[in-house]
Amino acid sequence: MSPIENQTIEASSAAGEPGALPPSDALVQIRRVRKSFGAHQVLRDVSLQVPAGTVTVLLGPSGSGKSTLLRCVNHLETIDGGRIIVDGELIGYRQSGHRIHEMTPKQIAKQRRGIGMVFQKFNLFPHMTALENVVEAPVGVVGRARPLARQRAMDLLARVGLEDFAGHYPAQLSGGQQQRVAIARALAMDPKLMLFDEPTSALDPELVGDVLDVMRELARDGMTMIVVTHEIGFARSVADQVVFMDGGVVVEAGPPAEVIDAPQRQRTRNFLESVM
Amino acid sequence: MTVAAPAAGSLQLSTEDDVDAIPLRHPWRWVGAVAVILVLAFFLYSVGTNPNLDFATVGTFVFDPRILAGVGLTVLITLISMVVSTLLAVLVAAMRLSKNPVLSGVAWFYVWVFRGTPQIVQIVLWGYLGLLYEKLTLGIPLTDVVFWQVNTNDLINAFVAGTLALTLNQAAYSSEIVRAGMLSVDEGQREAAYSLGMSPVYTFRRVLLPQAMRVIIPPMGNETISMLKNTSLLMVIAVPEVYTAATMISAQNLKQVELLIVASIWYLIMTTILSVPQYYLERRFGRGSTRTLPPTPFQRFRAMLDRRRPGPAPAPATQMTEVIGE
Repeated sequence: MSPIENQTIEASSAAGEPGALPPSDALVQIRRVRKSFGAHQVLRDVSLQVPAGTVTVLLGPSGSGKSTLLRCVNHLETIDGGRIIVDGELIGYRQSGHRIHEMTPKQIAKQRRGIGMVFQKFNLFPHMTALENVVEAPVGVVGRARPLARQRAMDLLARVGLEDFAGHYPAQLSGGQQQRVAIARALAMDPKLMLFDEPTSALDPELVGDVLDVMRELARDGMTMIVVTHEIGFARSVADQVVFMDGGVVVEAGPPAEVIDAPQRQRTRNFLESVM
Repeated sequence: MTVAAPAAGSLQLSTEDDVDAIPLRHPWRWVGAVAVILVLAFFLYSVGTNPNLDFATVGTFVFDPRILAGVGLTVLITLISMVVSTLLAVLVAAMRLSKNPVLSGVAWFYVWVFRGTPQIVQIVLWGYLGLLYEKLTLGIPLTDVVFWQVNTNDLINAFVAGTLALTLNQAAYSSEIVRAGMLSVDEGQREAAYSLGMSPVYTFRRVLLPQAMRVIIPPMGNETISMLKNTSLLMVIAVPEVYTAATMISAQNLKQVELLIVASIWYLIMTTILSVPQYYLERRFGRGSTRTLPPTPFQRFRAMLDRRRPGPAPAPATQMTEVIGE
């Protein structure tokens, strides 16, 4: 097991209570998170630290809980146990004294502004053009002036190589183009963290490269990213930390040179053999 | 072009040739068309030469002031009922989709009652409201404090009772249409909106509703046309809309069929006019759902003229990509 993983687990078991951990300067702190869908336990005591400016790639077979973990980070899924802290803020809950309280939808919405998310199926708003998709949240949610937001949106579309497609509706774009618009849309809120949920899994093989290039560039610019993907090549070249999950637990975590090139666990080796 | 004589049993064809085949004949299409035209002509002849049908009377009464007042009332009731019932329908649909079991139960009950009883029974019931509650009172329940009081029959006259009956009945049907529209929007849309920090209300207004509208509008257009025709049921509580007006006139001059034709002409005119806004609303909310929007009737007319005129070939209408709204 990696130093990161060991450290977290030791710390949390020493403290005895999930909330009480020694302060850590990691941007994202996932502490002993548990989550069940009905009787099925999807996450069992998962702990993870993502320092600011680093890229963490979550690998694992389908059903291993990696997508669920990602969706917990911006509270699209509620958690049953443990704590998730992003930039010093408890996600989804408010602590007062020894109790925690559920947040109101408005408070949760405010937290999500700082966390961008990119989905497997893009989920662009089909009734808006590419530009309108990118402008909508900055104008409607944060109240940025429309001309400024449009200018910024055009810059972002240029950054993902789509400045010529600003007036196109999602149905007029290819999958790869839609996904790049979705990335621009998330970036428009100036997030401090980006979550990618299998961003290339719904794409035709020849379109995957464009999306990965955009993500690579984002990583180079110092964006903190958590990426669920099956693109081992991307993980090896971009990730600072690779986390292999199976059956709702972290099996192995560490730099790609350890987890991908010299896996310690048999389960990790089996998985890597099947996808490579 | 000369083609070499084909070898026995095989046919030499160049893939570069244009398809220059002799068109298949469709004789049965001609037979069918002639048969239908004959039947239609016979029918028109028999109606046109029927001595019992007085077309002059139809002409006289089409613009009779009583008929015109009836048309006005029909339009007014249709408009009020559709607008109010749609607002009510959104509320009932939201209640039905709510996680609160009391709200969704009440919404279910409302739809069950108003969809499960005949509309004409509901209309007569509202007409008789005065029998049930002699006075309508606004005050604090279980005390003697009364702010305002009115005789039921003064407030709920035939017009109000009729409009109320149509509105409440329509809201039940429309709420199911709205609910279906809401359910048709992919769950990923809500997640994407939430992940951008949008509140539930903002998400509903800017992301979910506009997409649901695309599914909601075509059936709502149907419902509006239905509603317009159903106003004729208000005859049973003597609301003088166009059908009641026509019946009242024919009760005096005994020209029943002629006045029914007059009423039908007006219903056809009104339903025709109603389908125009539906077309444009569908276009408006269809943005982004297809790669190209269908041309408006005006654009189609222009394209037709252009086709007839010699000169540079115009771009075919189907390649027009138009962005409307902003």
